[in-house]
Amino acid sequence: MILDDWKDYKRVFLTLATPGSLWMLLFFIIPMAFLFVLSFSSKAIVDGETSTTAYDYFNTVSNYVAAGGESYLVLLWRAIWTGTIATAICLALAYPLAMAVCFAPSKLRPLLLLLLILPFWINLLIRTYAMYSIFRTTGVVNQTLGIVGLGPYEMLNNSPAVIMGLVYVYLPFMVLPLYSTIEKLDRSFLEASLDLGATQATTFWRVTWPLTLPGVITGIILVFIPCLGTFLTSDILGGPNNWNIGNAIQNQFLEANNWPFGAALSFILMYATFVALIVRALFARRSRGVDA
Amino acid sequence: MSVNLKPGQGPLDYARRPWIIALFAAVLLFLYAPIASLIVFSFNVDKSGVWHGFTFMNYVKAWHNEQIFYALSNSLTIALISTFFSTILGAMTALTLWRFKFPFKNAYEGFVALPIVVPEICMGISLSMFFSYTGMMGAVRDWVWPLNLINIIFAHIAFSFPFVAVVVRSRLVGFNRQLEEASKDLGATELQTFMNVLVPFMAPALVASALLAFTLSLDDFVITLFTSGPGSVTFPVKIYGMVKRGVDMQINAASTVLIVITLAATLIAMKMQAPEKSGH
Amino acid sequence: MTEPIISIRNVSKRFAGGVTAVDNVSIDIEQNEFFALLGPSGCGKTTLLRMISGLETPTEGQIIIGGQDMAFTPPNLRPTNMVFQSYAVFPHMTVEQNVGYGLKVTGVAADETKRRVVEALEMVKLSHLAARKPDQMSGGQRQRVALARALVKRPKVLLLDEPLSALDAKLRDDMRMELTRLQETVGITFIIVTHDQDEALSMASRIAVMDKGAVAQIATPAELYEHPSNKFVADFIGKVNLLDASVISQKGKTVTCNTKMVGKFAIDTDKTCGSTATIAIRPEKLKLSTAEPKGASLVKTKAMVRDVAYYGDTSHVIADVGGHDLEINVQNDSRTGGSGVERGQKLWVSFNPHDALVLTE
Repeated sequence: MILDDWKDYKRVFLTLATPGSLWMLLFFIIPMAFLFVLSFSSKAIVDGETSTTAYDYFNTVSNYVAAGGESYLVLLWRAIWTGTIATAICLALAYPLAMAVCFAPSKLRPLLLLLLILPFWINLLIRTYAMYSIFRTTGVVNQTLGIVGLGPYEMLNNSPAVIMGLVYVYLPFMVLPLYSTIEKLDRSFLEASLDLGATQATTFWRVTWPLTLPGVITGIILVFIPCLGTFLTSDILGGPNNWNIGNAIQNQFLEANNWPFGAALSFILMYATFVALIVRALFARRSRGVDA
Repeated sequence: MSVNLKPGQGPLDYARRPWIIALFAAVLLFLYAPIASLIVFSFNVDKSGVWHGFTFMNYVKAWHNEQIFYALSNSLTIALISTFFSTILGAMTALTLWRFKFPFKNAYEGFVALPIVVPEICMGISLSMFFSYTGMMGAVRDWVWPLNLINIIFAHIAFSFPFVAVVVRSRLVGFNRQLEEASKDLGATELQTFMNVLVPFMAPALVASALLAFTLSLDDFVITLFTSGPGSVTFPVKIYGMVKRGVDMQINAASTVLIVITLAATLIAMKMQAPEKSGH
Repeated sequence: MTEPIISIRNVSKRFAGGVTAVDNVSIDIEQNEFFALLGPSGCGKTTLLRMISGLETPTEGQIIIGGQDMAFTPPNLRPTNMVFQSYAVFPHMTVEQNVGYGLKVTGVAADETKRRVVEALEMVKLSHLAARKPDQMSGGQRQRVALARALVKRPKVLLLDEPLSALDAKLRDDMRMELTRLQETVGITFIIVTHDQDEALSMASRIAVMDKGAVAQIATPAELYEHPSNKFVADFIGKVNLLDASVISQKGKTVTCNTKMVGKFAIDTDKTCGSTATIAIRPEKLKLSTAEPKGASLVKTKAMVRDVAYYGDTSHVIADVGGHDLEINVQNDSRTGGSGVERGQKLWVSFNPHDALVLTE
């Protein structure tokens, strides 16, 4: 399609482009910039006491130094590795599921996809709470085990519980892009591979996987980033021993009221996010295949 | 893996393989069992994990619980207002990206997608600080309903209009510009062409993305947590407060209500999208 | 008599929803044949080809390849290879990697793979593009990659799905000659599927014409053209005039019949006729003349010219006889620059019964 040059339709262009841009500026860029400044600020000393509302702006890196402290790096690290494991599990589960939907008889396809995606539409909090209430020590699972004389087991308040919770919440986010990419894949590539003598397994690794890589990467990003910033799941299912950086941010902000520090932590989280995105961009440029 | 095929099955009939069917069933069980359990226990007489009897009591209690009721009406109001504006904003952004080339367009595309990509907690915090600093946070406490929700509404529009833009844009990609040209050839002005040719084409995407924005707003927890104050609590935030205090079947009842509303909106959206897209 | 390389016996394929794509088809294909499955879209030819390759399985019947029933053998274990309609050249591999793929995944040693790949690329004249990626090549080049990739495996049978349909006219001719030459050089059986009768007639040594899942006739191209065994084949291959006739009497091989269009006449046939039959006559066997043609055995009638279409070497004339159209091919006269036939003219149309055929179905 041939695009119009904006200069030829200045008025139309400005009318269409301004509202969204203005909104982004006002409610995204400026707040973020503000957060950025705050992360380099400290609480002002008023009348010899540390104020809770006034700040000296842009005067210190002490927040980042503190954020780089061991206890916080541990939290960041926890977020990264629980996120990685959860993402890997999601990928391992979602790929065969997406294949199943794509290769099912066309009448069944919308229904199967719907069944997988529907939970996505239910509130994150509710889903996490549902997990919590059935796996707690007096929950359904333990009650059922109790009938056969097992347990009760402490199934929550550990990192596997957090990972399970993350998989539970974000699995649909992996299924959708995978489905979208596999669906666009030309079947005759797979047929050609089989015809030329490859087994199903070889066909998958040499043909299907490389050609669907863009979709895989999109799915990984869509799951990993929210996992990095999660605090609900780790709070409800993991308890204080399993807090990660998201919890720390929430804590600094809502409870400890140390906004500059919370801001610094937020930015560290965002940098981690951007690193993930850059990795994705590099990968996408190198792999050819079906567009996601 | 080169087992003989069965009559009538091809080598690519993956959906019929037993292990895939088993996996699918297991995952569905995993996904729906907790939710089903939540709904079932909302009718339970007490909050132990054991079934002790059927009752609507929890729903009645939740209904009479003023705070829950207030929170629900806040959520719905915010969702309706923010959906309206984010659909318009998102559609305009989509049109800009679809139709024009302009300097730094690639950067702009990435820019508009940022709210989708940035962790919610970062966005929530930055908005919260911004509102505090500009005094908005304090000021709205005294404003009359629904204006006291305005911070949350601003925030919701900010994070949902990029989603609308993505959905509408992908619909626009399929538009044949010759329809526009034909319209102009027959004498219509730009505006007439827009209203009579382009908007009807965009309509399914507008409806679908509006419902998407509605659901995103209704369900939003993280950003709302940070931008709401004591007088402007929303439904998910209220539930969070109750969860922190322990399991209570009123939570189950309230959650079930939210699930039903959300699913209804989603299914309507899917029905409307069905003839246009293939599953995404 | 050697065993046929492929023996399709009573194969049927039914899909969910009651669609019968292939209905009780039996075909024997000989070694080193260039065989074509020809028919309109939906006739089952592609489904049949895919069942031979293993990408579909029959609901009933046997598919015997090289003496073994392989109806349910997976495609990677069959001695057949397919050139797909879309070519299916792997976009993430170079030409060389594509051609070597089938050897690599079946465990052929690296140096032998390399040797055979070089050989195959030479055969399709793509040696200079070995390191290219498919998206930098034309459709015709990609097809040759697909050919090399299949042939390098030395299959017993090469299957080609609509090989010429995606090419433009000039390339089509080149590829047609190329395929025929390849088949003779390599010396294996080729089976092509096509809806284009020109493709089939010009390339194949034998053709199976299919209609609605069943075989209408299997014969050589000339046999199909000159002696179609039923109305469908007569109409599908080339152009034909079909005249409804009522049979007055049949004595041995001679049938006397009456047609609305050209009256009563006698014609020889091997078939046994019922009370009705169809007379088939090709447009080039009809003659137009201004004066009544002389010849006792000629069948003749007067007609009015409705349309004349000029095609350079011939003109196609549509003449109306009592409300029905007859199609006549006329050689153009290079001196007068045309057929000399004009719309509205009233002319005599005639033919010799020897040039016509009796069809009973």
